[in-house]
Amino acid sequence: MKVLMFGWEFPPKIYGGLAVASYGITKGMVEGQPDAEITFCLPKPCGEEERFLRIIGMNQVPIVYRDHDYDYVKSRIPNYMTPEDYYNFRNHIYADFSYMNVNDMGCMEFAGGYPGNLHDEINNFSIIAGVVARSEQFDIIHAHDWLTYPAGVHAKLVSGKPLCIHVHATDFDRSRGKVNPTVYSIEKNGMDHADCIMCVSELTRQTVIREYHQDPRKCFAIHNAVYPLPQEYLDIPRVDHGKEKVVTFLGRITMQKGPEYFMEAADLVCKRSKNIRFCFAGSGDKYWEMVDLAAAKGIADRVHFPGFQRGKQVYECYKASDVFVMPSVSEPFGIAPLEAMQCGTPSIISKQSGCGEILDKVIKVDYWDINAMADAIYSLCTNEGLHKYLQEEGLKEVAEITWVKVGHRIRKLYDECIYNGGFIH
Amino acid sequence: MKKICLYFEIHQIIHLKRYRFFDIGRDHYYYDDYENERSITDIAERSYVPALQTLIQMCKDHPEFKVAFSLSGCGLEQLELHAPQVIDLLRELNSTGQVEFLCEPYSHGLASLANEESFAAEVQHMSDTIKELFGKRPKVFRNSSLIYNDDIGAQVAAMGFKGILTEGAKQVLGWKSPHYIYHCATDPRLKLLMRDISLSEDITERFSSHPLMADQWLDWIASTPEGEDVINIFGELVTFGIFHPLSSGILEFLKAIPVLAKDRGIGFALPSELCAEKSVGAIEVPYNISWVDEERDTSCWLGNVMQREAFNKLYSIADRVRVCGDRRIQKDWDSLQASNNFRFMTTKPGYQYRGIYDSPYDAFTNYMNILGDFISRVNNLYGGADNEEIDGLITMIKNQGDEIEAKDKEIERLRKKLEKYNPTELEEKKPAKKAPLKKVAVKMVAVAPAPKEKKAVAVKKVAVKKAPEKDAEK
Repeated sequence: MKVLMFGWEFPPKIYGGLAVASYGITKGMVEGQPDAEITFCLPKPCGEEERFLRIIGMNQVPIVYRDHDYDYVKSRIPNYMTPEDYYNFRNHIYADFSYMNVNDMGCMEFAGGYPGNLHDEINNFSIIAGVVARSEQFDIIHAHDWLTYPAGVHAKLVSGKPLCIHVHATDFDRSRGKVNPTVYSIEKNGMDHADCIMCVSELTRQTVIREYHQDPRKCFAIHNAVYPLPQEYLDIPRVDHGKEKVVTFLGRITMQKGPEYFMEAADLVCKRSKNIRFCFAGSGDKYWEMVDLAAAKGIADRVHFPGFQRGKQVYECYKASDVFVMPSVSEPFGIAPLEAMQCGTPSIISKQSGCGEILDKVIKVDYWDINAMADAIYSLCTNEGLHKYLQEEGLKEVAEITWVKVGHRIRKLYDECIYNGGFIH
Repeated sequence: MKKICLYFEIHQIIHLKRYRFFDIGRDHYYYDDYENERSITDIAERSYVPALQTLIQMCKDHPEFKVAFSLSGCGLEQLELHAPQVIDLLRELNSTGQVEFLCEPYSHGLASLANEESFAAEVQHMSDTIKELFGKRPKVFRNSSLIYNDDIGAQVAAMGFKGILTEGAKQVLGWKSPHYIYHCATDPRLKLLMRDISLSEDITERFSSHPLMADQWLDWIASTPEGEDVINIFGELVTFGIFHPLSSGILEFLKAIPVLAKDRGIGFALPSELCAEKSVGAIEVPYNISWVDEERDTSCWLGNVMQREAFNKLYSIADRVRVCGDRRIQKDWDSLQASNNFRFMTTKPGYQYRGIYDSPYDAFTNYMNILGDFISRVNNLYGGADNEEIDGLITMIKNQGDEIEAKDKEIERLRKKLEKYNPTELEEKKPAKKAPLKKVAVKMVAVAPAPKEKKAVAVKKVAVKKAPEKDAEK
């Protein structure tokens, strides 16, 4: 089973949840299925990616013929590729792209990440995908998130192999319904061409069916998972604040994450209880608005803004919290509560979060129901039994959610696409 | 002759309302009036009324037909408020004389597992209520959800009950059949009636999923081995109409039973009649059993840490509530104890019905909020005196009460002895017995006034308790 995957992010360079999910899916498949061979195409690999899969840097794939000898090529390309790869790609250039802005190797440069000319990069990525699809042998195509959908569609048209697309988020989640028409058209086009649409939750699947008018038969909810914490993070001690309790919000402080609902709930709790503190970790466009709101409500002394948390800090933050809250207004999946549970911190999540579909040992409230949220926070802070139950059972529950299982479920869908001609007959 | 012992439970919880933690200390009314009225009228209409009417008709048509009921205090209060016609029907049924009412804890709670005195008080309360309503003091007991163990058995026997209903759970019966009368291992005076799980659940659990004909069911009963004469069919009255819709024909099934039973030579018996018969042996029940879930134990109420925390917290104030004498507090106490409150918090897979709550955590949070308010109300009655002090006083009162009781018994015993000895022995062995008798008399003189004094002390102590409250308020 050979899979050609297109992705935009991959660890160790992490911009958001997409990198973690891409890593989990590929690693889970390789670990669980010995015959799975994955070729992962990235716009701009940093060269330090793990080597359980084959990485192709799209910035190393020639689209214009350049005559270089073996040694020169070897000196120019990074160590995860061979000169043979280069020549193989060069032999499959399918059109004259010399008018484009290419370097001396005949390759295009990528800025990586999410630059201002993102739409150009997406387009270039798709052009190069045509070369890759012509050169590589594979059974199925898998494209992660809307940035790579055009590349996936291109590869499908060239090779005739089935296309799976993985919906990590839709523009409806990001914009609360006010979609960007360009993004929407890219998303819709990708979905229209896909043989199988994998959504990270049932919530997202419903959005795909409802807003993108897709056939429900080819849409599937494939929930994300988490990797067990490395020893380094496990060793971080849990902090006991004595009589005080700390309730944490961790994530981008933007409309999608619902920070103002958390603040309202914090206000209600502060009115009745003297020993609960609130931590607003993260940055975002609503950061100052939240600082102002805390001051306006007169609870600024109990609400703390430690700013953006990196790497290990995230886990230190979870471990120093008694309660984790994710009040997202719309969350395709939301991996944070799973990480908090791994750290032994009980979570309160909004019912509008996709991860709630696979979590049972969390408290779920509507994001707008600040009374219920406040009540749940207070209850977790005052009732030892509930805290202990969610802590212990949460750890057990999250340990059962593994990427290997996710990999097997994806594999089943692959097999259906490859051997039975997809889901719509 | 084989005899069917039919028994139905009538219990509905008083639903608690949505109570946020900011209501603690501000709002002392805990009930969801709308939900209570809605659910009880719905259940009465769809289940209790048609089922009771059918049973009344059956009693009139078949003088040999007999059926037993128990009511919980909470259920009764709900019926009195919102569906008094059900109580009228029960009275009418009672007047046929073919009905027996059993006793159960007033609150349908778990006091039997936590606090002996509270349990006894509740049982007494229910027994009085039944006497008042139906004119007869119940002789047979059934604990909430048939919870039973040897200790409960001993306590129930000591309260004067002749028998107790419980589950014919596999883990206690083993190879034994539930179709006999057994007795409690710790007190042989108490007879045990064991529910036949399979035959009961053919009706209560499986009726609509595995349709059953009354003749088939009675054939099964008739084909039980010779000598297995007692068939205990226990269930909830809501089996008819709620668990299984009336459209499933369950009332027709019920109606057909007496006639078909007669054909097969099967009779009916009331629990108290069975308890008058001889027992075939003791059943030891070291661990709790009940009629709930596959495990037939208490795990659906006390299975997780949340449930145990709520349970422990609730019964930590049992003594204070019992001696406080505040009627509103005691009424709230009854409704908070109802086992359903704990069941809503279960995290066992497959349990769906949670009242107004959407998750076990929600149920727990709401309950703990209410309990928080309730506990502070109870403690306020004691003027903020600290726990140790009050517990010490309560224990002292209890110990003194026990002491007085023991001494009363002793006096009674000695008095009897004295009467016995007086006429004969005084004549025969005058010199030998004189001294001891004197001693006894002296003892009596010494002991008799003491209890009075102590009682006075106890009363004083209760009175004293109120005093510090006033001081504290000042």
